[in-house]
Amino acid sequence: MAVLDEAPGAARPTAGPAAPGRAPRERGAARPAVLLLPALVLVLVFFAYPLATMLWRAFTEPETGWGNFTWFFTTQANIDVLVRTFTTALWVTVIALLLSYPYAYLMTVAGPRGRAALTLLVLVPFWTSLMVRTFAWMVILQDTGVLNRTLDLVGLGPVHLIRTQAGVIVGMVQLLMPFMVLPLYAVMSGIDRRYVQAARSLGARPLTAFAGIYLPLSLPGIAAGSLMVFVSALGFYITPALLGSPDDALISQQIFTQVNGLLQWGRGGAMGVVLLGMTLALLVLVALVTRRAGRKVSL
Amino acid sequence: MNNGSRAARAALWAFCALVGLWLVAPVLVVVPLSFTDKPSLVFPPTGWSTRWYANFFGDPRWTDAFVNSIKVGLLVTLTATVLGTLAALGLTRARLRGLPIAQGTLLSPMIVPGVVFAIGTYALFLKLQLVGTLFGFVVAHTVLALPFVMIPVTASLAGFDRRLEQAAAGLGAGRWTAFRTVTLPLVAPGVVSGALFAFVTSFDEVVVSLFIQSPYLQTLPVQMYGSVTRDTDPTIAAAATMIITLTTAIVLAATLLTARRSRAR
Repeated sequence: MAVLDEAPGAARPTAGPAAPGRAPRERGAARPAVLLLPALVLVLVFFAYPLATMLWRAFTEPETGWGNFTWFFTTQANIDVLVRTFTTALWVTVIALLLSYPYAYLMTVAGPRGRAALTLLVLVPFWTSLMVRTFAWMVILQDTGVLNRTLDLVGLGPVHLIRTQAGVIVGMVQLLMPFMVLPLYAVMSGIDRRYVQAARSLGARPLTAFAGIYLPLSLPGIAAGSLMVFVSALGFYITPALLGSPDDALISQQIFTQVNGLLQWGRGGAMGVVLLGMTLALLVLVALVTRRAGRKVSL
Repeated sequence: MNNGSRAARAALWAFCALVGLWLVAPVLVVVPLSFTDKPSLVFPPTGWSTRWYANFFGDPRWTDAFVNSIKVGLLVTLTATVLGTLAALGLTRARLRGLPIAQGTLLSPMIVPGVVFAIGTYALFLKLQLVGTLFGFVVAHTVLALPFVMIPVTASLAGFDRRLEQAAAGLGAGRWTAFRTVTLPLVAPGVVSGALFAFVTSFDEVVVSLFIQSPYLQTLPVQMYGSVTRDTDPTIAAAATMIITLTTAIVLAATLLTARRSRAR
């Protein structure tokens, strides 16, 4: 699907290899394994092998050793890119959470029709092509665009958004909202609201009841959604390339420049390894968090 | 319900309506923009015409890209569906030690950042001279599409009672006949929705395509990317609208199939 170009870990594997109903050992019991072969060969040759090559080149080009990594972590411009990538991802996550929390909550309390409408709205970005949405944000955010004219109407004056980090964040939040709303909704719909009512009837103020009861119960959803959005935001390329300014490049754009523009395969590879390493580390965290949450509520 | 909580609820609805509007804003802007009569990206349009669609179909850069996207998409659908379905069958039925590893390997293209996969693929394709070839596009997109076939097919196989197949075998059906007449029809909704997702994955892919394209072979998103950075005429909005229509139709079909499958349970 569209968003997955840039959203790692979007869909979770929903089924394991467990086969129901133990089959008797038939003749040719090894045969099912053969069915895996074509797909495995394809993925090994055209996915695992190129990644391994990238890793290899990161350590061997132009010379063997940690040179590319030393270069990466000792060049101020790269540190800036890394910090900018992190802060952008963090802002995207925080804003997405602030918008998604009330939204997901409303989904749990709305009637069936309201819920259907809210779900539909959140799924639209899911299947609108990434390129299309990014183009649309370029139109919306331009200086004479629809957003600025609306802001002008209410007297909030024109805001310069296109080719700024703020513009990138606005576009990325919209692209990643579903990954925040859906896990939040999954956890929230499993929360028994009678706990909150009980706290209220025992004299707790609404805010106290929320902070003491509801918020902690929804924490697994917050954690899962936030990590998912953060991880996806780290690897974004198209959106920052088109909505942002070249001076505010994120790590994916730098990788693109190193490889495509400067033909520095070793350096680009090293940056790729850094990005991949961060992504995998955070995804392991996602898996741990959702597994823990999954024990209580199945997502 | 007292007045305070009613007001709070109204405020909540208002807030979420705004968020909802913002979620669909891109679609609400692009579709009308494609029918503008001005050669600029001013929104809202002041007059209407279909000239940008005419422009799209009259410009070989756009039509070639469109045809390429469809071609690649269909080939990817075919290969990813066949390989993904076989792999899902293997995963649910084989009894091997390394099964979780095999499953992880097959699903991993989903979690690796696009650019990382793209530079790896680009390096390999340079070596094998696959840059700008139909085969290259199909292979790269198939790798990305495989998980989206495997997930729904594995899910529908998990709900499949293998005793049905055994019953067919007991009644004298051969393996292939049992598979074709019993298994396949029952998991068909999973296979079809996987196929549709495979097409959409390929049809929308930009990052890897940007690396492996050549001036002679570009897909629609690649052409859009180039056009966005080059020109500012609304032809791109017309292209975007057609993409939206096509993918919406496909996703709706997939969703309806999935809904029917879960109701059938």
